Amino acid sequence: MSVLTVQNLSSAYEKKLVLDSLTFSVNEGTLTGIVGPNGAGKSTMIKAILGLQPKISGSIEFFNGNEKKINQRVGYVPQRGAVDWDFPTNVLDVVTMGLYGQIGWLRFPNKKHRQLALEALEKVSMSDFAHRQISQLSGGQQQRVFLARALVQDADLYFMDEPFAGVDAKTEKTIISVLKELIDLGKTVMVVHHDLQTVPYYFDHVLLLNKELIAHGPTNETFTPSYLAQTYGGAIQWLGRDNNDRSFVQQ
Amino acid sequence: MTGLLSSSNFQWVLTSAVLLGMAAGMVGTMANLRKQGLMSDAISHAALPGVILAFLISGEKQLPVLITGAAISGLIAAFFIQSIKRTTRIKEDAAMGIILSVFFGGGIMLLSIANRVGGGSQSGLDRFIFGQAASMVRMDAYIMGALAVVVMLLIFVSFKEWKVVLFDPRHAKMMGIPVRLYSSLYTLLLVLVIVIGIQAVGVILMAAMLIIPAISSRYWTHSLFTVFVLSAVFGGVSGGIGTLISSSGSNLPTGPFIVVTSSLIFLLSLFFGTKKGLLFRGEKLHANRRYLKQGGDHK
Repeated sequence: MSVLTVQNLSSAYEKKLVLDSLTFSVNEGTLTGIVGPNGAGKSTMIKAILGLQPKISGSIEFFNGNEKKINQRVGYVPQRGAVDWDFPTNVLDVVTMGLYGQIGWLRFPNKKHRQLALEALEKVSMSDFAHRQISQLSGGQQQRVFLARALVQDADLYFMDEPFAGVDAKTEKTIISVLKELIDLGKTVMVVHHDLQTVPYYFDHVLLLNKELIAHGPTNETFTPSYLAQTYGGAIQWLGRDNNDRSFVQQ
Repeated sequence: MTGLLSSSNFQWVLTSAVLLGMAAGMVGTMANLRKQGLMSDAISHAALPGVILAFLISGEKQLPVLITGAAISGLIAAFFIQSIKRTTRIKEDAAMGIILSVFFGGGIMLLSIANRVGGGSQSGLDRFIFGQAASMVRMDAYIMGALAVVVMLLIFVSFKEWKVVLFDPRHAKMMGIPVRLYSSLYTLLLVLVIVIGIQAVGVILMAAMLIIPAISSRYWTHSLFTVFVLSAVFGGVSGGIGTLISSSGSNLPTGPFIVVTSSLIFLLSLFFGTKKGLLFRGEKLHANRRYLKQGGDHK
């Protein structure tokens, strides 16, 4: 079943076209890596799908269009740099913000909401930091806080913008286990990813993007030398597999 | 002084100055978190021509008329700054510099025209430059106090939404919060606080009422709610003390005394603030050094 259908999506910054008529649909329960060079429009695509970036043309349909309140069923983990981490608030508070769509106007978060937020922090191994001021977190911890904020929302479709960028090994492990858990629960996740070597190990589907959609489908069909060469404009070497059966891909 | 304190007119002026200080501290906190401290300065300077034009057109010095004029020219200035930023290569700070000086210059020019044609009824308009709380009549104080309370209520009832809109507007949008509406409301609150404050504080120093309490409170707490409460307290205290001092003598402007009071609060916060104050930081550094010398376990 398709949870997201994108048709003819185009978007531009000023006069420069960054997304050129993308058409694809994403099936429920898949874990898709969005891969492409810098400036390929990966973040822009997510933002355009979520309505955070204006589109020039195209239509986007979530859950076959039978869902009114999509803002509770769609979660987003932005890049860490998207906010000012010196903002006066603590970790638990930021995670609770993931529930603001459900709490409703004129109401304030209560014990139940804080409990849910604590459970989400538990999943990303950040319980000990619940009352920590957010400016005192490391990059990996900030990433896990954003992840927890999305998890607490209990969405069905998640978009994550480079969650693995510049994080420590512990955070990487946590994110992978969270992704696995989400897929086991039947949720759908799309992740912008930069490290080509890990793509076949993390994702069951791959979407190759460079302004246009190059390929989209199961990893073994799309993550191939010829599609990658198309995506990266030939500036890529495919060195086959090493002794541990890991793909050797270099840009 | 005691005679002054027992005058009911003055009690109203003092109360409304305190309420204004509180509202300004809270709105200033929002401006500060949006990194728009200077925007408040541009808007308050830009309010001057609106005040004078409103007077020239209506021919009388009714506060509601004058602050309507101030609000209109403040909003026009804010709109110009945004359009310059959007449509040209000029950066926001330069755009604010241009608009601030053009509007303020225009205001001073209009004031000199008003002085010529006003035939006496214009006297007192120049108080809008430095502000004079004591010149307010009771009705002015009512209007100012009531609007300040409205501003505070609007922030309080939607505190949760403000918090997420200020911290992460994209996330707010994802949560279904009407971010554009809140952004417009924020500009409206900013303009409202500025225009109700200019008679008492003056267009030149109004920005200080917004900025100084807001930055002082950050030295004491890491919680947004407490930041708002402390900004309100600092703003209220500065507004009250400044008004008291300026009313104790004849022709003492209010704005400068409010700024001096809030600057003292800022200095105290800078040194003694329990979360970011210099002494507190020094103490932490000292503790770390001590700990390193002892070579103890890391905690």
